[in-house]
Amino acid sequence: MELSYSVVTILLPLFMFLFLGLVGIKLPKFVSGVIGTCAMLVTTVIAYAVALTYFFDPQYVVDGVRQPVNVLNYTWLTLGDGLTVDLGIFIDPIAAMMLIVITTISLMVHLYSLGYMHGEKGFQRYYAFLSLFTFSMLGLVVATNIFQMFIFFEMVGVSSYLLIGFYYEKPAAVSASKKAFIVTRFADLGFLIGIMLLAYYCGTFDFVELMKNPGSIVASAAGVTFLGCSAASWALALIFIGGAGKSAMFPLHIWLPDAMEGPTPVSALIHAATMVVAGVYLVARMFPMYLFTPEVLELITITGAVTALYAAVVACAQTDIKRVLAFSTISQIAFMFTALGVARPELHEGVGYMASMFHLFTHAMFKGLLFLCAGAIIHMVHSNEMDAMGNLKKYMPITHITFLIACLAIAGIPPFAGFFSKDEILVACYLQSPLWGVWMSAVAGLTAFYMFRLYYRIFWWNKPDYSHHTPHDCEWVMTLPLVLLAVVSCVAGFIPFSNFVTFDGATHHTEMNWTVAGASIAIAVVGIVIATVLYRKENPVPDRIADAVKGLHKAAYRRFYMDEVYQFVTHKIIFGIICKSIAWFDHVCVDGFMNLLARMANSAAYSIRKLQSGSIQMYVWIYLIGALVLATATFLVLI
Amino acid sequence: MFNILFLFVIIPVLTLGALFLTKTVNQVRAVAASGASLLLIAALYLCYAFVGERAANPDELMLFTDSYMWFEPLNIHLAVGVDGISVLMILLSAIIVFTGTFASWKIEPLTKEYFLWFILLSTGVFGFFISIDLFTMFMFYEVALIPMYLLIGVWGSGNKNYAAMKLTLMLMGGSAFLLISILGIYYHAGETMNIVEIVQGSGVDAAWQNALFVCAFVGFGVLGAMFPFHTWSPDGHASAPTAVSMLHAGVLMKLGGYGCFRVAIYLMPQAALQLGWIFMILTGISVVYGAFAACVKTDLKYINAYSSVSHCGLVLFAILMMNQTAMSGAVMQMLSHGLMTALFFALIGMIYGRTHTRDVREMGGLMQIMPFLSVGYIIAGLASLGLPGLSGFVAEMTIFLGSFETSDIYNAVLGDGNLFRHAFAIVTTTSIVITAVYILRVVGKLLFGPVQNEHHRSLDDAHWYERFSTVSLMLAIAVIGCFPDLANGILRDSFGPIVEHIQAYLQ
Amino acid sequence: MDSTVLYYIIPSLIMFGCGVYGFITRKNLIAILISLELMLNSVDINFVVFNRFLFPGQMEGMFFTLFAIAIAAAETALAIAIIINIFREVKNVDIENLNKLKF
Repeated sequence: MELSYSVVTILLPLFMFLFLGLVGIKLPKFVSGVIGTCAMLVTTVIAYAVALTYFFDPQYVVDGVRQPVNVLNYTWLTLGDGLTVDLGIFIDPIAAMMLIVITTISLMVHLYSLGYMHGEKGFQRYYAFLSLFTFSMLGLVVATNIFQMFIFFEMVGVSSYLLIGFYYEKPAAVSASKKAFIVTRFADLGFLIGIMLLAYYCGTFDFVELMKNPGSIVASAAGVTFLGCSAASWALALIFIGGAGKSAMFPLHIWLPDAMEGPTPVSALIHAATMVVAGVYLVARMFPMYLFTPEVLELITITGAVTALYAAVVACAQTDIKRVLAFSTISQIAFMFTALGVARPELHEGVGYMASMFHLFTHAMFKGLLFLCAGAIIHMVHSNEMDAMGNLKKYMPITHITFLIACLAIAGIPPFAGFFSKDEILVACYLQSPLWGVWMSAVAGLTAFYMFRLYYRIFWWNKPDYSHHTPHDCEWVMTLPLVLLAVVSCVAGFIPFSNFVTFDGATHHTEMNWTVAGASIAIAVVGIVIATVLYRKENPVPDRIADAVKGLHKAAYRRFYMDEVYQFVTHKIIFGIICKSIAWFDHVCVDGFMNLLARMANSAAYSIRKLQSGSIQMYVWIYLIGALVLATATFLVLI
Repeated sequence: MFNILFLFVIIPVLTLGALFLTKTVNQVRAVAASGASLLLIAALYLCYAFVGERAANPDELMLFTDSYMWFEPLNIHLAVGVDGISVLMILLSAIIVFTGTFASWKIEPLTKEYFLWFILLSTGVFGFFISIDLFTMFMFYEVALIPMYLLIGVWGSGNKNYAAMKLTLMLMGGSAFLLISILGIYYHAGETMNIVEIVQGSGVDAAWQNALFVCAFVGFGVLGAMFPFHTWSPDGHASAPTAVSMLHAGVLMKLGGYGCFRVAIYLMPQAALQLGWIFMILTGISVVYGAFAACVKTDLKYINAYSSVSHCGLVLFAILMMNQTAMSGAVMQMLSHGLMTALFFALIGMIYGRTHTRDVREMGGLMQIMPFLSVGYIIAGLASLGLPGLSGFVAEMTIFLGSFETSDIYNAVLGDGNLFRHAFAIVTTTSIVITAVYILRVVGKLLFGPVQNEHHRSLDDAHWYERFSTVSLMLAIAVIGCFPDLANGILRDSFGPIVEHIQAYLQ
Repeated sequence: MDSTVLYYIIPSLIMFGCGVYGFITRKNLIAILISLELMLNSVDINFVVFNRFLFPGQMEGMFFTLFAIAIAAAETALAIAIIINIFREVKNVDIENLNKLKF
């Protein structure tokens, strides 16, 4: 196969992880950072070569349909009954697109971190973990089968755990990493059970096999029902739960805002651009199967829509800039899920699917950019809180411009990237049902509002006291990625995405639906105008509004008490009741029973030993009586 | 031709002899280390030789078989032989004995006596795994059991007298059941104790199978820490010295799983198909119960002991699925749990040796003080919670996938056996989440965060013998996790005939 | 066998009964020793009597009796020695006080 060099893309980051983890510790800090970045550059170049060859080489297109390519298949584990777990490389349009996204953002983050993490303890460890993450994420997207996907789902989970907990001396970081891992693990439990159900009914993990005839597979599992849904629906719904956990969908979203405790470039890479979209990618990968279970698609749509609104509302009330971005990420990923949920092949050739992937691509770019900007700002003002910022447009012009571009992109203002992808999503929603269309448009308006609220609070608003340390733009290793990503955010919208990534691999032509586009621009502009009015200059109006809707504001600020609910369930119910009672049962009942046995044997022995009185005459008595009894018994028996 | 299997008895016995002659502590260490190294080399060579031999005789049930008449009136033989399962168990034991020797390098007092009992214990373990005669199996089992009492009672810590007594008495209780079962098998299977002969002959009298199966399963289940017979394990492990915990959790508990499989299920398949579901409930409880109990313990060794209850429960659970995938998963789990729990206990012992406490609440931020040990602990933890690339993942996934396979077992007894098995499989899979909870809780409290106790700042990191011991274990865990087909390849051919033998009784 | 054997056996039985009774009820070690001797001697009588009446031509019973007498003498000597030592130790020979050998 032509694309066999794609193996290098996967294995080079793995090698770099081992190299930096084992040898890099001995190297000077900066050297290992540079080695890591150079290796990432090589990976990126090869990944681009793979993706571009795949997209532009006509040999992969048969009858107008782009064929998936199975580059490598290595039998990793042979199970009984002919079931095997393979590791391999499988390239299809979405995988190729993801290769580009991951390597681009990863390279930017590698470069950016040279400046951002400068002088940090554990610099080499940081780069080793970044390589591990890149390896896991690349392994995830090129998975040939669902089990490989699960394997790498776990791997990205662990690398995310390690990176969130990078500042392991900070208790907040430790508990955030723990929370992230456990919540996603809980979701992965659903994923695992879904895989087992699927393997049980299909006898294969392989995507190609599964997608060959998804209808008959779903039908074969339709006979068994549980709570009114067929086994296939359950399997696919559980797999979606796995994805929803990774992608921080309501109500499994609680780990993502806390994950912001990690270094900011990590947030950009893992918790904005790549790992959190793994769930979307998973559903997109299995999409042909989901089409046969409309009830699961309905579930995905509702989850997506609810999450989008929830996260957008919460984002309006947050004051920590990284938290705002985190909730914005949740909301945008929910857009992608909703788009997948409303996609149907009969509706404009599955425009929702294409829109979802398109939004994934553009979102990765502008959200990565937003986080990197936020990192630059935090690097300068040493605080995450909005109150410590303001009027930064004078001090950090490059950061300001790039941040503004990203905000315009996410708000959906043409010609920036987000406009095009979000517009496609809204079109898909309207095609499915006006309800979702209106709902998602409203969320889009909210998005514009909270992003510009953030923008004005950082770059305009008042002027805090910077006298002790005047902020300025960072050095070139940190600004270069910002500029590059800003350029991408400007032009990415013009990529004719439907030529490359579509539901069935064929090239479709999409045209602007100007009614929807006009409406979405209008609503975005309204959001921006409101934000401008409220936040351009320091004024008491926002506080007064917050006071007017005190309950709502407080609830949104506290994220509608979701964390408290979880805290209650885990600490009070699981730890307090279940674990404690099991430990009590173990100690008192099981252990107690064994001790009781021992004590009974002991006390029986104590009572029997009284017979050994030491008085010889007593022994003789007993002997005599015994002899008499025996003699009488013998006598009676003999007679 | 000399049978390589006898090496596994001869080397420990020679080591014992040499230990008697040693004078100084250094000599003791040198002798013990060389004995353990020889065992490891022999075990690795056995794996290699086994693969070749298996390729030559694909249809033989046991390879390297040999049999000497030992006690004619009762037809007892010293019969040895291995299949893939025992080969892996021997390899596991050799690794644990090897690393355990280095982990107890600085044991005091009575170093010589310690190593004497330690090597004697390993003689019992190896003898158990190479035997295919029930009587010699039982004998070696007892040989492995008795030194445990002294090792815990003399070199242990904490409430060691109670723990040693509890452990020995409960295991002895288990072996009483075992003896009943072995004698029953002897009298109801044509007066032979050879496993191969029993299986290839008429088998155990069906009328007696149920009672004997229960005795054998409970007998070995006690050793495998099956609920509700598991309580010796937390106390015993907590009090035992490091290497004994390693050997005990790493190998001795595997004797239970191996015995359940080799004796209870393999020799009495009809009863297993009849009654297996009862034990499936018990082992299913073990898995979840152990994990939940581990969540609230604060002593590192107790946490790990309950985690062992959970993981070993999974072994027995998988064996009862009685299909090839789940059973090979069970062996992988034995291997994986043996290695990672040994690593855990080794590290806990090393940390305890420095901080003199095992209470997680009294420690914190060890990552800043002893990075090597901390990284080792994280790797062990990740293996335990099933990170792909480390051994735990392979084993657990194989078990879960196996337990979801279709088969007709238990259909005759329960109606819909598949539903039953799937329901229990789903219940046990939840353990992967709970495992993550207690592992990360400990890692977070113990290794991360600020330094809790300022006195700990002056402590040193691992010494060379500790590094050697832990790195070998980590390496083994990683190799199995990355290339599971290496181990799986040794196993694969061994399970076919066994599963066929069991399934033949399904009708 | 004629009834003359009873003339020997009945006194021997009474002697044995007295010995048992004395062994159980006496508190003094010397008295217990005497009771023990009574029992031994009644057994000796039995040996002699049955030898004489059942196997008149043989001497095994007689020899056994002589043997038992010799053993009894040695045993008495030993017992007296023990008793004297006990007396030195606890200043009396009351069996009530001698129950240390227990449990």
